Amino acid sequence: MGRVGVVLCSCDLEGAPLFDPDVLTEKLKRRNDVLPLVYRSPACSESGVEAIRAFVEESDLDRIVVTCSRPELFGPTCMKVLRQSGHNTAFSEVIDIRPALASVEKGGLKEAAEHVLDLVERKIDEIRGRVPSRKEKIPFTKRVMVIGAGITGITASIDLGNAGYEVLLVDRLPSIGGRMLQLSETFPTLDCAQCTLTPKTVETGQHPQIRLITYSEIESVSGEVGNILVKIRRKAAYVDWEKCTGCGLCQEKCPSKVPSEFERGVGLGKAIYTLSPQAVPNKPVINREVCRFFTKGKCRVCEKVCPVGAIDYEQEDTFIEERVGAIIVATGFDLYPKEEIGEYGYGDVPDVIDGLAFERLNSASGPTAGEIRRPSDGHIPKEMVFIQCVASRDPERYMPYCSRACCMYTAKHARLYKHKVHDGRAYIFYMDIRSMGKGYEEFIQQGVEEEGILYLRGRVSRLFRDNDHVVVWGVDTLTGKKVEIAADMVVLATAMIPSRGVKELAEKLGIKTDEYGFLTEAHWKLYPVESGVEGIYLAGCAQGPKDIADTVAQGNAAASKVQALFAQYRNSS
Amino acid sequence: MEYLYFPGCTLYTKAKNLDEAGRECAKVLGFELRELSNWTCCGATFPLAKDNIMALAPPARILARAKEEGGTLTTLCSVCFNVIKRANRLIREDSEKREKINTFIEMDYQGDVRVLHYLEILKRDVGFETLKAAVKRDLGGLKVAPFYGCMLLRPSEEMEFDDKEAPTIFEDFLKAITCEPVDFPYKIECCGAFQSVGAPEVATECAYSILSSAVRNGAEAVTTTCPLCQFNIDSMQKEVHEKHNDFPGIPILYFTQLLGLALGLPVEKLDFGRNDVDPRPLLKGKELI
Repeated sequence: MGRVGVVLCSCDLEGAPLFDPDVLTEKLKRRNDVLPLVYRSPACSESGVEAIRAFVEESDLDRIVVTCSRPELFGPTCMKVLRQSGHNTAFSEVIDIRPALASVEKGGLKEAAEHVLDLVERKIDEIRGRVPSRKEKIPFTKRVMVIGAGITGITASIDLGNAGYEVLLVDRLPSIGGRMLQLSETFPTLDCAQCTLTPKTVETGQHPQIRLITYSEIESVSGEVGNILVKIRRKAAYVDWEKCTGCGLCQEKCPSKVPSEFERGVGLGKAIYTLSPQAVPNKPVINREVCRFFTKGKCRVCEKVCPVGAIDYEQEDTFIEERVGAIIVATGFDLYPKEEIGEYGYGDVPDVIDGLAFERLNSASGPTAGEIRRPSDGHIPKEMVFIQCVASRDPERYMPYCSRACCMYTAKHARLYKHKVHDGRAYIFYMDIRSMGKGYEEFIQQGVEEEGILYLRGRVSRLFRDNDHVVVWGVDTLTGKKVEIAADMVVLATAMIPSRGVKELAEKLGIKTDEYGFLTEAHWKLYPVESGVEGIYLAGCAQGPKDIADTVAQGNAAASKVQALFAQYRNSS
Repeated sequence: MEYLYFPGCTLYTKAKNLDEAGRECAKVLGFELRELSNWTCCGATFPLAKDNIMALAPPARILARAKEEGGTLTTLCSVCFNVIKRANRLIREDSEKREKINTFIEMDYQGDVRVLHYLEILKRDVGFETLKAAVKRDLGGLKVAPFYGCMLLRPSEEMEFDDKEAPTIFEDFLKAITCEPVDFPYKIECCGAFQSVGAPEVATECAYSILSSAVRNGAEAVTTTCPLCQFNIDSMQKEVHEKHNDFPGIPILYFTQLLGLALGLPVEKLDFGRNDVDPRPLLKGKELI
């Protein structure tokens, strides 16, 4: 085995050294299995990189350890330099020295050096101990897995498919489309969301390079960039999708009507269902929690009516394994549950719904066919109250962050409401209006000036049901007056939170999440879609709240990152 | 079971009907209320200014004395409970303030006395099931709206009493003593507090909103734990009538009076004559007295 090269960069990126590199060099020189290189100005500078290149090319090095105070920035560049210099980086690492220095007082350069030495020696021993899993070179697989088939995942998949790579698009729902499929119209153009999205979902379903793996969840992940093995659980649909023609007869005849998660509780669905009539793939699944046959032991109506005998109550979850070279995680968001917001009635006040539920009421394919009718009695609400920043920007009790899309979608909700209920009044309680997208501010102003939406700057302290009204107690801080509105219906713009199960998924993938569960990008500014683990990328609301335009841009970005990665391995399959 | 009992000033004067019924019921339910010796005013409000240590001296003294006399401290009045419980927590958790207060009151108290409201004793130590079994006089589903007010519940992270937005302890208590609790949206709202002194028209409107909401939701009576709430929604009903002629009026009972009634205490011990809106016609009509 050759020597381990150690590149010692002591820079803190502000010009002052963090430790005394000479102490380390002294001690490391005593080991005949180690060759140190000290670089005094930042190793990430152009001259530093040249020095590393020369160091690697001139010395016979087996493995390399690089100390760095910002490996998330320099790591990927450094690895690329090592590879370009002909070094096999499988067992080389750029290590973060900051944790080792945490207990050292500022200026204690010698003491700091001891800590770094300890860290470096442990790392040397660790990587020397690693053995290649196979003797032959592992082939680099140029296939991509995209986890999450919302607009982000779809965008990335189409890009990568068009670039000629095979894409496996995984989603836990029965069909693709994600949250956007639930939306009615989108800001700032008021385009119908389904009309915008359906061509995309169809393109995805028809794409020769894209394989849909829906109604499936990631079970485990192993390996590394170019050679990632993913085990996937394909949930039992209780319908043989091979046989199913998607005729829809089973859904039509199914006798169980239950509140549907897709309809956000404002509409009913069947126990055997597809998410929409245009679902891709257009294959139903049975929800065994509510299915009469599974819960009560008799029914079997769907089985009787299915013309091709596709119903299979005995079906079980199956597992498949797929090898890919890179993964894009685009698992999207959920809304903060209104059931946890006590001042707004813990979700128990009828006619207080969240933004996605209002989208369903507005949607032509929704439970009211696009008419605004309140859930409790089906009446058309004449006094509509919209509350922004519910559980967002509330560090004491809920989420401290801004959910970014709510100012715009609330303005859109109020405008859509006014378009449909001309004699209705729309009030919006807001903290600030954040409308810094292209055409966004104009959209808000149009609502205020031309459509008479009343913006009230202030929070709502409480709402409760009184007779058939929802009494809203708020304040208008611009006039300093208390405001009480006997509303017919209230829409809460609740905070965006990461979708359920993201933390577990991130653990399987070995990537990080922040304290709220959003996936952490490698760098706030410079690596927005990299995860910090080579070959794993993030995009969309899984990384943080954003609107469709931004999420699509991230989907494109992640796809182009994967193409760039694959382009580095021209000779592999 | 024995508890150190801190009555507080109002319970010796205006709110005697809260106090006496509470003491009598304890006897029936088999726990003793031993009155704290040498007690003073609780401080009446928890100081809103963070550096107002002075206002914490009275509750600190009460708590230190309770520690000396060894026991769990209990109160009936929501305001006393609020001030004492919050002062206790502050003394326990803020070492700097603890030292200052101890130096000032010349006692050494660490904040380790357990402070319970009487309702909590009923819930946790007696148990609502046991209480139910002890009922001698079936109140026949008398429709009672529980008015929590604010002092029992807020700030919730300090009071640790019940869910601040949707509390249930009072309802559970009412069910145990064979009343039918009436839910109404104003049950956790402000009674008007001390506005009845400086701006009585504000307090009158508070009382009107609370009581008319209770009546609308079918209440025959309202119950409170707090002499201040009681004053604002009971004694102020005259003023409410003057402004709102349509307001029918509704009796307001202390929870200990209802408890005593259910436990079969003689009516003279319950002192209904002290309530401003006389509850006796209602109770007679229901053949409860």
